[in-house]
Amino acid sequence: MSIPRPYWNPYAAGAGLGLVLVAAFVLVGHGIGVSGAAASVVAATADAVAPAHARANPYLAAYVGDGTRSPLHDWLVIEVAGVLLGGLVSATLARRVRAGVERGPRAAVRTRLGYAFVGGAVMGFGTRLARGCTSGLALSGGALLSVGAWVFMLAIFAAGYAVAPLVRRQWT
Amino acid sequence: MTGLSESLWLALFLGVGFGFFLERAGLGSSVKLAAQFYLTDLAVFKVMFTAIVTALVGLAALSALGVVDLARIELPRTFVLPQLVGGLVFGVGFVVGGYCPGTGCVGMVSGRLDAMVVVAGMLAGSFVFAEAYPLLATFYQATPLGPVTLPELVGIPGWAGTLAVVALAGGGFALAERIERRHVLPSPGCQEAP
Repeated sequence: MSIPRPYWNPYAAGAGLGLVLVAAFVLVGHGIGVSGAAASVVAATADAVAPAHARANPYLAAYVGDGTRSPLHDWLVIEVAGVLLGGLVSATLARRVRAGVERGPRAAVRTRLGYAFVGGAVMGFGTRLARGCTSGLALSGGALLSVGAWVFMLAIFAAGYAVAPLVRRQWT
Repeated sequence: MTGLSESLWLALFLGVGFGFFLERAGLGSSVKLAAQFYLTDLAVFKVMFTAIVTALVGLAALSALGVVDLARIELPRTFVLPQLVGGLVFGVGFVVGGYCPGTGCVGMVSGRLDAMVVVAGMLAGSFVFAEAYPLLATFYQATPLGPVTLPELVGIPGWAGTLAVVALAGGGFALAERIERRHVLPSPGCQEAP
């Protein structure tokens, strides 16, 4: 089996991300988000499965709009398709594409996957409450010195460090 | 709005760049991401703050050269309490699940089943929020400050805020390097499991 190539120096990769952000600000006038695309996917699914319900919910209705265009026909959704593609290209070139469940040496696969779902759900809820995630709010907004972005970012680190000792078995 | 198709090509192009550099940094690995919270590998902090500093300085330079008008860039609107609580909730989910949304996408295309499950959970959590929205609407709109920046809030010029963040990041990088040197770093390669 091929050996994965080493990761880039974090400062070099961070500078690359920063240049992509600058390009986004200059070319389209806003940053790079991710979690908003998840909301579009949820709204499109709800609209396909239960359209009356989706249109009665004020949060989903804002994404569904007048129904003439799918919530998936959206800048952010295409951009996240790009994120998936860019990640795939990089992981493939570096021989890092591996099927598996990443976890600490003491963690069981089933527990890890259970934690992954619950953690993902809690995080997804948090993104909607905060109006963004680490990409679109903390990173993109942080680079514009947005007050809300910095509040959000510091809260993430604070909660992360507070809870980390409780889930140590998953990771170390 | 300019031509939509042109804008959508830009969306794809910018997304590819974003995903590429996230993966290059190793942030498609949940073990590496979680290590940030056990202080054994601070790549998350270093990548994030290098990106912020690069973008801040890059924008300041382009603005000084007259290439870009900062006033035309969309600034996220601030809602202090929802963003504070949202960040706390997000932070708990992040360390429990091991990925944030962007890195979850990158982990997913790297073949990580745990990343796929995190993304599935994220969709479920977003749906729960939407269903609960009528109950949360008041809090969601609470403490609005509008599209405000830290320098504006504190009452200093924008360039001074930029310098402060650059200095803060520089100090943070020096500290991060010292913290990492305390540990004998395990190989940051991909951990695989059947």
